[in-house]
Amino acid sequence: MTAAPNPFANFVIVGERTNVTGSAKFRKLIEADDYAGALAVARQQVESGANVLDVNVDAAMIDGPAAMTRFLNLIASEPDIARIPLMIDSSKWEVIEAGLKCAQGKSIVNSISMKEGEEKFLEQARRVRRYGAAAVVMAFDEQGQADTAKRKIEISTRAYRLLTDHGFPPEDIIFDPNIFAVATGIEEHADYAKAFFEATTYIRAELPHAHVSGGVSNVSFSFRGNEAVREAMHAVFLYHAIRAGMDMGIVNAGSLTLYDDVEPKLRERVEDVLLNRRGDATDRLLEFAETLKGAKKKETARDLAWREKPVRERLSHALVQGLNEFIVEDTEEARLQAERPLHVIEGPLMDGMSIVGDLFGAGKMFLPQVVKSARVMKQAVAHLVPHMEEEKQRTGLASKSNGKIVMATVKGDVHDIGKNIVGVVLQCNGYEIDDLGVMVSCDKILDRAVEIGADAIGLSGLITPSLDEMVFVASEMQRRGMKLPLLIGGATTSRTHTAVKIAPAYKGPTLYVTDASRAVPVVQRLLGGEREALIVETKADQAAARESYLAGQDKRPRVKLAQARERGPQLKYAPVRPSFLGLREYSDFPLEELLPYIDWTPFFSSWELTGRFPAILDDAIVGEAAGGLYKDARAMLEKLVAEKWVRANGVVGFWPANSDGDDIVLWNNEKRREERARLFTLRQQMDKGASGVGGEGKANFALADFVAPQGSADYIGAFAVTAGIGEQEVAQRFRSANDDYSAIMAQALCDRLAEAFAEALHANVRRELWGYAAEETLSHDELLLEKYRGIRPAPGYPAQPDHTEKRTLFDLLEVRERTGISLTESYAMTPPSSVSGLYFAHPRAEYFGVGRIGRDQVEDYAQRKSWDVATAERWLAPILAYDPQR
Amino acid sequence: MNRTQRLKKLNSELARRILILDGAMGAHLQGFGLTSNDFHGERFVEHPMSLKGDNDLLVLTQPNLIARVHESYLSAGVDIVSTNTFNATRISQAEYSLEDVAYEINLEAARIARAACDASEAEDGRPRAVAGAMGPTTKLLSMSPDVGDPGRRDVDFDAMAKGYEEQALGLIEGGADVLLIETITDTLNAKSALWGAWEAFDKTGVELPLWISGTITDRSGRTLSGQTVEAFYNSVRHAKPWAVGLNCALGPAEMRAYLADLARVAECAVSAYPNAGLPNAMGGYDETPHSMEAHYAEWARAGLLNVAGGCCGTTPEHITHMKHAVEGVTPRVAAVHEARLRLAGLEPFNAAA
Repeated sequence: MTAAPNPFANFVIVGERTNVTGSAKFRKLIEADDYAGALAVARQQVESGANVLDVNVDAAMIDGPAAMTRFLNLIASEPDIARIPLMIDSSKWEVIEAGLKCAQGKSIVNSISMKEGEEKFLEQARRVRRYGAAAVVMAFDEQGQADTAKRKIEISTRAYRLLTDHGFPPEDIIFDPNIFAVATGIEEHADYAKAFFEATTYIRAELPHAHVSGGVSNVSFSFRGNEAVREAMHAVFLYHAIRAGMDMGIVNAGSLTLYDDVEPKLRERVEDVLLNRRGDATDRLLEFAETLKGAKKKETARDLAWREKPVRERLSHALVQGLNEFIVEDTEEARLQAERPLHVIEGPLMDGMSIVGDLFGAGKMFLPQVVKSARVMKQAVAHLVPHMEEEKQRTGLASKSNGKIVMATVKGDVHDIGKNIVGVVLQCNGYEIDDLGVMVSCDKILDRAVEIGADAIGLSGLITPSLDEMVFVASEMQRRGMKLPLLIGGATTSRTHTAVKIAPAYKGPTLYVTDASRAVPVVQRLLGGEREALIVETKADQAAARESYLAGQDKRPRVKLAQARERGPQLKYAPVRPSFLGLREYSDFPLEELLPYIDWTPFFSSWELTGRFPAILDDAIVGEAAGGLYKDARAMLEKLVAEKWVRANGVVGFWPANSDGDDIVLWNNEKRREERARLFTLRQQMDKGASGVGGEGKANFALADFVAPQGSADYIGAFAVTAGIGEQEVAQRFRSANDDYSAIMAQALCDRLAEAFAEALHANVRRELWGYAAEETLSHDELLLEKYRGIRPAPGYPAQPDHTEKRTLFDLLEVRERTGISLTESYAMTPPSSVSGLYFAHPRAEYFGVGRIGRDQVEDYAQRKSWDVATAERWLAPILAYDPQR
Repeated sequence: MNRTQRLKKLNSELARRILILDGAMGAHLQGFGLTSNDFHGERFVEHPMSLKGDNDLLVLTQPNLIARVHESYLSAGVDIVSTNTFNATRISQAEYSLEDVAYEINLEAARIARAACDASEAEDGRPRAVAGAMGPTTKLLSMSPDVGDPGRRDVDFDAMAKGYEEQALGLIEGGADVLLIETITDTLNAKSALWGAWEAFDKTGVELPLWISGTITDRSGRTLSGQTVEAFYNSVRHAKPWAVGLNCALGPAEMRAYLADLARVAECAVSAYPNAGLPNAMGGYDETPHSMEAHYAEWARAGLLNVAGGCCGTTPEHITHMKHAVEGVTPRVAAVHEARLRLAGLEPFNAAA
């Protein structure tokens, strides 16, 4: 599995803003004893994706050891900051030691060097080691700081030998070969960047396991005040430094530009300077920097014409365009003009949102754009909330909303992208949403609804067992005598299921909501004036749905199980032995290797944009929305991968296996005598016609058919992967910042990465791990069309609709221990961005749907699984061809 | 057998089977129905405050009882006996105003354990090692005792390290074979214990193997000070431990997943000595010797174990069953990792190689 390498993938980002030597803001906070403010800076660094937090309190007016002790002790009480390792940074040894005495984790000391001789250097290194830290070693010796490549290499080599000879682990040595300012106008400085690259190349090649780090912003010191040029210089410097082997850097974690994003002309001039390619490089860059300033101004002026309009129009423009840059100042201006803060919401903000709503309703705006508008709305409202609170304290005047809705993903289920989208869309239409999150128990949902006096309850779920839980919630509402409308949504829910199973359990209005765009009109009618009409309509509609369901049920002839088995495919078997038996684990799999395997089409449909990728980008109707969404997605994906917002873990396993009727037996070893586990499969019972006996394609399939019966040495594989370790935290971070758009985007991307991981792993299984298709060469599109041999069906999907089989799979693969994915009581995988399944290698293996099954198979299956029939009927409820109550 | 010979033999046993550590001391002592007078003994009759509950002091006032507990575990077949010194640092003994006997408690505790082990060794020639137990103390270095003042600490690293150094000196002098830094709820305490141990090694010229056992306090999978298992391991890895493990707080069922996490990352032996289940409503423990046996058997076969023992609520009977459960099972093979910069805050961060 290979792909174009991401330059930042293995780069350790050390957050620099908690350093008094580089941040005047942080220095002032420490000097003023404002440690709460200082902690906020640290938190911001972690949130922007720093892997390590640099802490430096070296300033004339600060008592170093005391400030270091105090700050690190406070960090220890903030789990969201203390999560990441520390870099304890000082030019004074006593400050470093004070810091080490407050750090329970493994930190990095920055720095030690030989400037005061070998003896002191080694003593400090010995103590660093006893405190359990790694160390940055400066290229600095008795003669001073190294500025040429030769001196940098000499000093680093000498330090490396000394340290490793005294037992210091080489992987805990991080060299800082000194980044100095270039383009200063002084001739001797022209080679500084080049010298750094050369020394880095040497260190990484010749001093095994040692790392290279540095403070990148030094290089652009002479361009202070010209951020555009500075950022370009940092990007180009990092590009060359990382290629040379630099793998850690003290950088502003919030703003890393990519080399490719630097304007080519600027890039060339920066490169001339950094690589010292021509005598007039500095002058040419200075000259270009001037023109750049001018050009940028003009462009901004054109873009900002709308800023000249009255505040009301500006707010409306910002909402429709989804621009949040000026929203706080515009909202504030509107507030000052309004009599009450609430009037800003009810006036210009709701006016703007109703334009959004109209455009959405008319199909001229699409979901991603609406969610972006909602983000702007939320940020505006967040600005007004304190003022409304204050007014309420003062006058007792309260605000009112169009209605309150409690929403939750039901117990046992963790999927919430769809629910979050519906919530956001309803919020922008003036409804108050109380979102209880995922895996919420029935009691909690209903208690909350009563507590806040909700006007409706919305339930969501993605996996089939959630359907049962929804029926349970409905019956509990009935038992408690509730009258509230119940809204049902989510991928496995349907109009039919709601009508047949949920609505009959509850006498109050029970409404099925197809998707986000349907949610608003339904809720508007329900909580507005048309409630009775809607309820009458819905009840009639549901009665009709029930009738047609029952009628349809009788028209679906099932063949007897015995007959279906006779009509199974007659397959020949030529098994291939996998390259290993047992388990193989993929921990922290490089995300960038997954990028080529991403299938974008489902990403667009999760945003309710339908069409195949990439054609969808040119689509006459949704093309523009899709293009904007895609651009945002790529930008976030780049950061997500570069800054490792999430981790991907996986496990794959192979075992000797044989079919035994419709079961698949997994053996402990090749002797095939001791049974390791048994997988149960279900057989199609639709009547495909007697003429189909043994005929290809018309057979009645069960997954067990794809494994040879005993007597032939066949095998089976299984896998579980996730790209969601850390996903919830990322989404929560965005939501806390009132940015649901990014939260939903991040979750949708993790979903794609998990699927890509499954696809990548399957390709590797076919070519190497199992190796039955070593010669396979397929294009990306062919991969997505599944034009390969073998399948990877998952329990809970059509070929094996029984979710409980996932438990066997998880136990076999030791999934929880090895990947961090676990199963909820309803067999949903959590984190939600996870994929698991079985591998079948048979050339005729294909995906199929079991379809509805008869009572005889349910009884047979129950007996095989040692269940009673009622349990089997519960887990197989969605595929029963009969009504167990009849 | 001297210490060097014993450790050599012990290590060759470690390579071929799962070693057995003893179980709880406290459960036993409760059974003796000790009175306040028993704790004071003759020597501390005049002590101005009650010493009831200072179990560690019993090595001075009731040495025969402590020896009997060790002997009952040795009869159950253990390879390693831990000293009765869980709270024997100056910092913990301050609660009883007994700071100044801390060294002596450690010295005598190690001597008593060593003598009991020597007797067993003399019978069959199989090595029995003494693990000098160094508990977490009554103070935390990473957490404030006052929620309103999160930056506050009641003790600093240096004072804590000094206390551990004194404890280590007593244990070394009394004949301990390894030092067991155990029930670690705050990794910074453990790091100060390591610091103290190294200072003691420098002073005595004797260097003992270090055994580090953390405690996951609840099902969030973290230590009290907030670290995950792998972060904890990254933070103590510099000690080149002889073994790392988990003990206390959880019963075997709850400990399983975290033990698996540790077994995956540890480049040395792995130990586990859980409680006999979680404390029940009556303050007792629900896991019977029989029910615990099944857990150990499964852990051993899953390749998670090198050293097995018991913590709170376990008895010699638990240990007998445990020994039976792991007998003949191939011990876990230590993980081998490529050289990588392995950092940690509350969570691990492993840089690319």
